[in-house]
Amino acid sequence: MAGGDDSWRPLARPLLIPIWVVIGVFSLLPVLLMAVYSFLTKEFRGGVEWDFTLAAYDQFFVTRGLFGDEPAQIEWTYITIFWRSIWQALICTALCLLIGFPTAWFIATRPAQSRGIWLFLITIPYWVNLLIRTVSLKFLIRDNGPLNEGLMAIGLITEPLPLVNTNLAVQLGLFYSYLPFMVLPIYAAVERYNFALSEAAADLYASRWTTLREIVLPVVKPGMIAGCILVFVPALGAFLAPDLLGGAKTFMIGSLIDEQFKGSQGNWPFGAAASMILMTLVLIVLVFYARAASREGAA
Amino acid sequence: MKGVRHYPGFLSITVLCLTILYAPLIVIMVYSFNGSTSITQWGGLSLRWYGEVFTGPEASRFGQAAWNSITIALMASTAATIIATAAALAMVKGGRFRGRSASFALINLPLMVPEIVTAVASLIFFTTIGLTTGYGTILIAHITFCIPFAYLPLAARLEGIEATYEQAARDLYATRAQAFRLILLPLLAPGVASGWLLAFIISLDDFIITNFVKGAGMETLPTAIFGSVKQGIKPNIMAISTLMLAASVLFVTAAYLINRKGRQTP
Amino acid sequence: MTAAVHLQDVVKRYGSVTAIHGVSLTIADNEFFTLLGPSGCGKTTLLRMIAGFEAVTAGEIRLFGDDIARLDPNHRPVNTVFQHYALFPHMSVIDNVAFGLKMQGIDLAARRTRAGKMLEMVHLSHFADRMPAQLSGGQQQRVALARALAPAPKVLLLDEPLSALDLKLRQAMRVELKTLQQETGITFIFVTHDQEEALTMSDRIAVMSEGRVQQVGSARDIYETPDNRFVADFIGETNLLEVDVHSVTDGRASMTLPGGHPLTCPSASATPGRHALSIRPERVTIAATGELKATVDRVVYLGTDLQVLSRLADGSPFTIRLQNAARTTIPEAGATIGLHLEEGAARLLAD
Ligand SMILES: Nc1ncnc2c1ncn2[C@@H]1O[C@H](COP(=O)(O)OP(=O)(O)OP(=O)(O)O)[C@@H](O)[C@H]1O
Ligand SMILES: [Mg+2]
Repeated sequence: MAGGDDSWRPLARPLLIPIWVVIGVFSLLPVLLMAVYSFLTKEFRGGVEWDFTLAAYDQFFVTRGLFGDEPAQIEWTYITIFWRSIWQALICTALCLLIGFPTAWFIATRPAQSRGIWLFLITIPYWVNLLIRTVSLKFLIRDNGPLNEGLMAIGLITEPLPLVNTNLAVQLGLFYSYLPFMVLPIYAAVERYNFALSEAAADLYASRWTTLREIVLPVVKPGMIAGCILVFVPALGAFLAPDLLGGAKTFMIGSLIDEQFKGSQGNWPFGAAASMILMTLVLIVLVFYARAASREGAA
Repeated sequence: MKGVRHYPGFLSITVLCLTILYAPLIVIMVYSFNGSTSITQWGGLSLRWYGEVFTGPEASRFGQAAWNSITIALMASTAATIIATAAALAMVKGGRFRGRSASFALINLPLMVPEIVTAVASLIFFTTIGLTTGYGTILIAHITFCIPFAYLPLAARLEGIEATYEQAARDLYATRAQAFRLILLPLLAPGVASGWLLAFIISLDDFIITNFVKGAGMETLPTAIFGSVKQGIKPNIMAISTLMLAASVLFVTAAYLINRKGRQTP
Repeated sequence: MTAAVHLQDVVKRYGSVTAIHGVSLTIADNEFFTLLGPSGCGKTTLLRMIAGFEAVTAGEIRLFGDDIARLDPNHRPVNTVFQHYALFPHMSVIDNVAFGLKMQGIDLAARRTRAGKMLEMVHLSHFADRMPAQLSGGQQQRVALARALAPAPKVLLLDEPLSALDLKLRQAMRVELKTLQQETGITFIFVTHDQEEALTMSDRIAVMSEGRVQQVGSARDIYETPDNRFVADFIGETNLLEVDVHSVTDGRASMTLPGGHPLTCPSASATPGRHALSIRPERVTIAATGELKATVDRVVYLGTDLQVLSRLADGSPFTIRLQNAARTTIPEAGATIGLHLEEGAARLLAD
């Protein structure tokens, strides 16, 4: 039980000073500064001039033709990139949920001795460097990589499957990157699940799958929602999987932002504006999540 | 009759899940022992690429990068753990005070902002205040984003420690400082350890933020590897990857075993 | 002689909730004193204020004459046995027991001897090097007791220490606790909501309800001469009847029971009017000559006893307890029986 003793109360604020200073100065302040930058004027060869303008957002949403002399129209280029990112992240989340729930359930229902081993097996890849995992995946699915060679050797295909630089490869990469984030919270929820509820449902003539739908899923829902957030948010802003496994057609937000800060082609205000829009999307998702979570908590 | 815990097909899905997670790692491990110079041809078992890692033309570059990665991770995770411990004590034991929910939001801020956005914001910040990007800026950025990762297991552990332990100590004539040092801190130790471990690995793992704030000429292991694979996956990269992979697995296995031993004799 | 513990008008408020409404109590040295009351009545709160874990909102707490209400827990010579024991999980049994001594600055050798003696006292000498998690609930309970007694506190506080034990162990521990208290001569303040526990162990009991002390007295006092309706109802089983008192003369009140039956009973301070009357079921006998009539609804078999559930003429329920002796005649359901009230069976209550 927390807070039963008053002796920590006067220390609370002093103990929080370091975290306020560090996160306030090096996380909150930079984000605010970035918001300011998105309204500044770009300078050649990177950097900014301190003239306030809406140019970055104008570039993102509006086009006036190649020479800027046509009537203003909606610029679809960047909206399409954002939309593709959202779509990819959604599919990734759905896939992770589809595979992650049965896996989490299976592990959580193992006997206590072997459960630790299963859980350990699932978490190991999570501890391995994401870059290395992505590179490994790229190596595996290359045109003449082990996967294609293997499939050709057993005669399933005659031509290598062109996987790299496709949406599918990016999808696979995202799925592979964030799957543990889905399994772990669901596992935690299933572990707390009272299996007597399933027994009661069975006792009242519910079939296995009816029990899953009517009892199990609603009860472990908070874990599933948490898992979905943990997968969706990083997948939306992912950089490594789309950059290493995708191509021009699979360009996602992460790469778009990254480009704005690289070399003399960069456009810092535009990159800041794109970051602001990405952050706004994420905040909307998180607000929905907080609402859902507090509703679950109240129920 | 199978119990209510059993669902047909769930085992197969779990196996599929593990296959997807492990196949790329196993493949790269196997190919790192390939004796051939071509990455597509199998040329028999060999350790030549491991030799290349330590003595080859890129050895000094990767060595320096590895040194940077490890020293930064050590310092960042230690600093983050100390800051997070103080914060967790305040948040969990401090009762209700004004500014509590604001502090909670602040602690979680680095988790809520997408990594690429943090990267952009940090670069802009360091540039604006005129700090030259390099080792120092990487360290500062790592401390910042490691804090919530260190905080989570710490706070969870602290929530699980009943206030009665400290009260019992106070009842038995311990001062506040003694109750903290002799009772609360030892009970919290596993949380501190997992918080530190998590922060350490998160720091080692980071690519995106580091890539933005590292400045020219400074590399950590992930940025060095990334730069290298842009030109194609070379066998020495596979060897380095396998070494890092082995290090992670060893590290996590050790933590797992220590943790399990700790649980058997509480 | 000064009291071991004296509470004067102690009030505890949590924000707008008042948990304790001005409690005054005097607990004598060497006393086994019990705080008894239903869940949420404030027993734990009162105990924690004596221990120093909760600040008092108002009032004084005196320990052998010294006001300790504002001292930190580590400066109060009282020790607590916690409800779930709160044994330090990372320390062995002996280290747990020696902890208080260590904090008092006693040297290692003396600590060891004393802790060893304490463990001997609770019959756990050979468990000294075990960790708390390797003990059964009953053993943990004894370690908690040994730990709290080791620094020889002036007063020992116990918050429902037996509630986590099974019935047999609980009964054995009652005897053991009482013996321990008598041997050590330490004042025990014991919190429970189990009246049997309270009645069997205590020298005196304070019955609490809604943050107030309702009555203080020996087990016999509170059972036989409850001051008010709450105490009569909470302690044991009783028949509470609404009666009309029409006159009081020479310390005896005359009244009419529901259904019109007249009755007189001793009462020092009753005033004419409507009152509650408590009649203990075991103080009533069934006798053909009894003038108070009741109709039997049901007879419940309880082993040593029989419980006769009946109704008076006006329909109000009335319970009688009979000993299950060979000569007892068991009334039939539906039969009309005469009831005989022993002298002193009925007690008129203040509200
Ligand atoms: N920290 C607190 N904040 C607000 N109210 C509290 C707090 N602690 C206790 N209370 C209230 O004070 C009253 C007395 O609580 P206390 O714990 O003393 O009861 P108790 O008699 O020990 O009950 P039980 O037998 O259930 O342990 C209760 O109504 C409770 O809700
Ligand atoms: Mg209580």
